[in-house]
Amino acid sequence: MSTIDRILEGEMLDESVWLGIGEFCAYLRVDRTWVIELVDAGVLEPRGPSPDTWSFPARALPRARATERLVNDLGVNLAAVALILDLIEQRRQLERRLEELERLFER
Amino acid sequence: MRYKDYYEVMGVPRTASQDDIKRAYRKLARKYHPDVSKEKDAEEKFKELQEAHEVLKDPEKRAAYDQLGADWRQGQDFRPPPDWGKGFEFSRGRGGEAPGEFSDFFSELFGGRSPFAEARGAGRASRGFAAAGQDHVARVEIDLEDAFRGGTRTIELRSPEMTPDGHVIVKPRTLRVSIPAGVSEGQQIRLAGQGSPGIGGGPPGDLLLELSFRPHPRFKAEGRDVTLTLPVAPWEAALGETVAVPTLGGSVDMKLPVGARAGQKLRLRGRGLPGNPSGDQFVLLKIVLPPDSPQARQLFEQMKREVPFNPRADLGS
Repeated sequence: MSTIDRILEGEMLDESVWLGIGEFCAYLRVDRTWVIELVDAGVLEPRGPSPDTWSFPARALPRARATERLVNDLGVNLAAVALILDLIEQRRQLERRLEELERLFER
Repeated sequence: MRYKDYYEVMGVPRTASQDDIKRAYRKLARKYHPDVSKEKDAEEKFKELQEAHEVLKDPEKRAAYDQLGADWRQGQDFRPPPDWGKGFEFSRGRGGEAPGEFSDFFSELFGGRSPFAEARGAGRASRGFAAAGQDHVARVEIDLEDAFRGGTRTIELRSPEMTPDGHVIVKPRTLRVSIPAGVSEGQQIRLAGQGSPGIGGGPPGDLLLELSFRPHPRFKAEGRDVTLTLPVAPWEAALGETVAVPTLGGSVDMKLPVGARAGQKLRLRGRGLPGNPSGDQFVLLKIVLPPDSPQARQLFEQMKREVPFNPRADLGS
């Protein structure tokens, strides 16, 4: 069955969207304890002093999902995931910079 | 259906121990994991690897797979033997973890309809089990122009679905999704109820689209800002000329500073992706010499004679 005729309008999760811990867990369908573990390991950095008042940027959702995949698929612990994700981000920035420089010097 | 050589996928001999298989999986998983890998087709390769591992890590499945014999080749046309699965004792709940994501070969031998999954599927359906459908996350590449102007994007998905009798089948699905102007890379669109249907009357899951941009020949986006590398002639840079600069919204005129340098970054405020606030466009200057010609040479000769300049003064030469 195709729904091609209908144009779907989704909910936009951009940088202006911040989620409380309950909502954040609901989006990920995970327990609160898992999110608290991610914060303790430094994978996620919420705003607010305590779990009940924490808020997370919607942009952190892919990071939390990637964490779950990395833990399940590679068998690494959360401290290693935090390190991996930070290194991936650094690599991304370096690649961007390198590409800029290459464009400057090509031809 | 095509035969899958799981040993070849994992790069181990048929005599490999379970430990060898585990080590090979870990090594290849690090190489092809889509969250980490820069390899081409990482996602596809990782799926193949997971499928191979799913079978080879499980002594029952591996033994059954080995019974097919060693003469099959990767990609060869394949039909399962009529007595497939006979003579094996199956543990309950040992069906494929994500059979819908795997190949037809896997689904036929180890997935929803195979003896390996029967116990699990039937058990669920008969007990009146109800659960919310799974959420799906799909990475969607869009063009920077679509992000700038907004538009609709057609997305093809292959979604695993559970049939009422507990079998998992893969259904292709086409969705048209509205992309609002000003989305940026990494942004997500949540389509409620577009994930897997619920089981036993449970609510359907959601579909989450994670947006990324297809590489653009001119512009590079970072958040809502875009960067363009702009070639300029030496005299345009030296004299601070006004030059035409392409932006996502069309060409604009930009005045260069007098004595502009190669690698200098200039900002066109608000010319990036729209939003609140809109992004900026950064223009990275690249100084390009004119092609060799008698006129150009003559003028360079004149500069050589008349402009006192040692570019290597700092090097002490």
